[in-house]
Amino acid sequence: MLGRLSDVYKHDFIEYAAGYSMLIGAIFLIGYLTYKKKWKWLWKEYITSLDPKKIGMMYLVVAMLSLVKGLVDALMMRAQQVLSVGESHGYLASDHFQQLFTAHGTTMIFFVGMGIIFALMNLIVPLQIGARDVAFPFLNAVSFYLYAVGAGLVVLSLVVGEFSGTGWVCYPPLSGLAYNPGVGVDYWIWSVQIAGIGSLLSGLNFFVTIVKMRCPGMTLMKMPIFIWSVLGTLVLILFAFPILTATIGMLTLDRYLDMHFFTPDFGGNPMMYINLIWAWGHPEVYILVLPAFGVFSEIVAVFSQKRLFGYVSMVWALAAITFLSFIVWLHHFFTMGASANANAFFGIMTMLIAVPTGVKLFNWLFTMHRGRVLFTTPMLWFLGFVFIFVIGGMTGVLMSAAPADYQVHNSLFLIAHFHSTIIGAVVFAFFCGLTYWFPKIFGYKLNERLGRYAFWCWMIGFLLAFMPLYFLGLMGATRRLDHYDATTGWQPLFIVAAAGVILISIGFFFQVLQVIVSYRQRKENLDTTGDPWNGRTLEWSIPSPPPEYNFAVIPHVHDIDAFWSMKHERTKHKPPSEVIWEDILMPKNTPLAALIGGFSFLMGFCLIWHIMWLAGLSLAGVIICMVIRLAEKNTEHLISAKEVQRST
Amino acid sequence: MNKKYKIIFSALLILVVSALSFLVLDTNQLEVLNPKGTIALKEYKLILFCTWMMLIVVVPVLIITVVFAWKYRSDNPKSKYKPNDHQNHLGEIIWWGVPFVIIIILGIVTWKGCIELDPFTPLESSKKPLKIQVVALQWKWLFIYPEHEIATINFVQFPEQTPINFEITADAPMNSFWIPQLGGQIYAMPGMVAKLHLIADEEGSYRGSSANLSGKGFSGMKFVAKSSSEADFNAWVENVKQSTPLDYTQVAVPSEYAPAAFYSLPEEGLFNQIVMKYMVP
Repeated sequence: MLGRLSDVYKHDFIEYAAGYSMLIGAIFLIGYLTYKKKWKWLWKEYITSLDPKKIGMMYLVVAMLSLVKGLVDALMMRAQQVLSVGESHGYLASDHFQQLFTAHGTTMIFFVGMGIIFALMNLIVPLQIGARDVAFPFLNAVSFYLYAVGAGLVVLSLVVGEFSGTGWVCYPPLSGLAYNPGVGVDYWIWSVQIAGIGSLLSGLNFFVTIVKMRCPGMTLMKMPIFIWSVLGTLVLILFAFPILTATIGMLTLDRYLDMHFFTPDFGGNPMMYINLIWAWGHPEVYILVLPAFGVFSEIVAVFSQKRLFGYVSMVWALAAITFLSFIVWLHHFFTMGASANANAFFGIMTMLIAVPTGVKLFNWLFTMHRGRVLFTTPMLWFLGFVFIFVIGGMTGVLMSAAPADYQVHNSLFLIAHFHSTIIGAVVFAFFCGLTYWFPKIFGYKLNERLGRYAFWCWMIGFLLAFMPLYFLGLMGATRRLDHYDATTGWQPLFIVAAAGVILISIGFFFQVLQVIVSYRQRKENLDTTGDPWNGRTLEWSIPSPPPEYNFAVIPHVHDIDAFWSMKHERTKHKPPSEVIWEDILMPKNTPLAALIGGFSFLMGFCLIWHIMWLAGLSLAGVIICMVIRLAEKNTEHLISAKEVQRST
Repeated sequence: MNKKYKIIFSALLILVVSALSFLVLDTNQLEVLNPKGTIALKEYKLILFCTWMMLIVVVPVLIITVVFAWKYRSDNPKSKYKPNDHQNHLGEIIWWGVPFVIIIILGIVTWKGCIELDPFTPLESSKKPLKIQVVALQWKWLFIYPEHEIATINFVQFPEQTPINFEITADAPMNSFWIPQLGGQIYAMPGMVAKLHLIADEEGSYRGSSANLSGKGFSGMKFVAKSSSEADFNAWVENVKQSTPLDYTQVAVPSEYAPAAFYSLPEEGLFNQIVMKYMVP
């Protein structure tokens, strides 16, 4: 009846503390919402909303909570590595430590990385292409809830059961039944599977949005560069995520029906899994990094007060990266023993990616050339990115030379490399973009001083946390170690790295403080013009925060940097008196998306614990919700032309 | 403090902080950069070559970043301002072209390196190579010397300047076999035999470990690789032959942080049995 729920999972004090502190936090939050009588507001404005701006904000909240969790995981790991030398074995048992780094990787990639790019897409894409909504608003909400369900399952594993301890890509045979019969790997499978399906649906949705819903005049080569970068990402999502779904599907069959796709006996082959997971996994890192490039392209132009250098070059560079990222996956396992020619091919393809990436860097730098550079916080994040990303790129090319990789593969050198690229590009770009678009989304600017403090903490913290790892890797320290000998001489560097993580946490604390302070001083920082930065693209042509329908009148675009040319070449554009107001149809709120999310959560939980009857019922619930939604006729509400005119 | 000093101060702080992490380094412990075998030496040279090639692009990028950011800051009245400049064909040809040429050079070097340093290729030497079979277990390394009829746990010894042919498999989740000072890794996978050809140029004790997560006792999967003189090696073999015979089923029982152990080898073809175990339907 209750499946494996009757199995006993022993927890140590730390796990209990983590679980209970989260429980207390949840109770506190529920109490606060009830006290402030905010439930109705939450239900009406967010939970049932189909407005991509609201969904984007919810992505932001989940992603930031996940970031806190991932940061705490990182702190705990480094603390263990500082303490666990020679005689001492630290304060964590090895299986707990392994759960920590698995949770850290899974959380950071799937729930922070994917969360922040979908947040930015939801918030910015419709505004930049002059659209009132996304192509499929209901699907968009469902995607968000599936993503949130995945994040929720990872958190739940802290309290009920355990998480996977097999590393964030869960290689079999370690993740197979023989070596890991418990619920940990199943938690990983279902949280990633459900969130992954959400990402795939979202990818489809935004792809159609960008291809079909651009405002009149915005041809492909007049799209803002951020939209181009997102389009690249979406193409990658559409091709890569089905691979993930299928691969995890086969792993699920291995574990639930004792099939042998990936076990070494009965004709199965673990090498197949490793190939498949990286055929998704490598495009995945470009899925994260392309929008980051897009953000930097936008802000460099705005804060240099100059047009982006080499737009056409930038587009081709993006296209080249998109294409190449699909034929490099083997570089994640040069050491598996493929033939010399196979290794050489994938190595050289990997190196080739450096060319378009380098071109993008030069174009950004030459955007500053003969510009007027304003050193605002977003610009600081950009400059920090250049330094860190250059180091990450250089070590990346180094590792793509297969024989060199034999010596640093799976060492902390590799860890330092991909953190340089992912933190340097994705995380920095997100903070950069968030500071830049914050006034558009919320209607007031963020506090600059606290933003600068946060930046310097992150920047110096990053160098402290990851530069030592390059050296540790060269000293022979492999990743995922919870213990090492004192004679290795690694301890001082681990201490420096731990100090770096603490500094990064302080940086994040400054950012939380920044949001709170800015909120309290919002009256002084209010953005009344809708264009606080002297922007270049369409989102700055409408009020901040934008109305539900974004554009009262759909704009006509004649140029790259549409809003810039509207401001500077008035002759091409209609004067406001000739504007024709029209009725606008917007989607109605619906609780069905949240319900589908709820049922999916229940289904995931029941599948993990083998409560098959209830899993079946929840699946039926999901299907019934979909049928109800499909049968609904009045899904839109009308905003009359008069109302639109009055509110502008 | 005015703005200019703040920026300079912050930059200096970063430099000092980065320099501090160098201070705690003992360069002798940078194993990858202190190769003791031909393979590791070639891999080290390749790492250096790639780094120098990339610095050709990286150094200008960093200089341009600092110079442009400083020169074109908005409160510098002397700099030119051309808000609509957005093309320079010569420039774009240079920064598509130069990195491309560098990558072509690196690509050729990589291709050659891949063939030369392919772990499956035997090394050329006048000496007869020594065959050592390696089995990754939960969570220890079993070394089998089929020609000498001995076996060891978490300790491997071989004569210097003699090519060693490792044959590597696993009777456990996947591991990666790595002796940084002798040369790069290869995966140890159940049901598969990987080959790795290494050579030690001088006598010494080198650290070896697993580089791929294999479960609970993974951190304890370390071993000592000792290269000694030919005579010492032969004496050692004779000594180990006197040990108790290896009982594989007992050794294969999962254990963590296993100490080094020495056995004589009673049965032939143990390695093949371990590999074939996964091949039966």
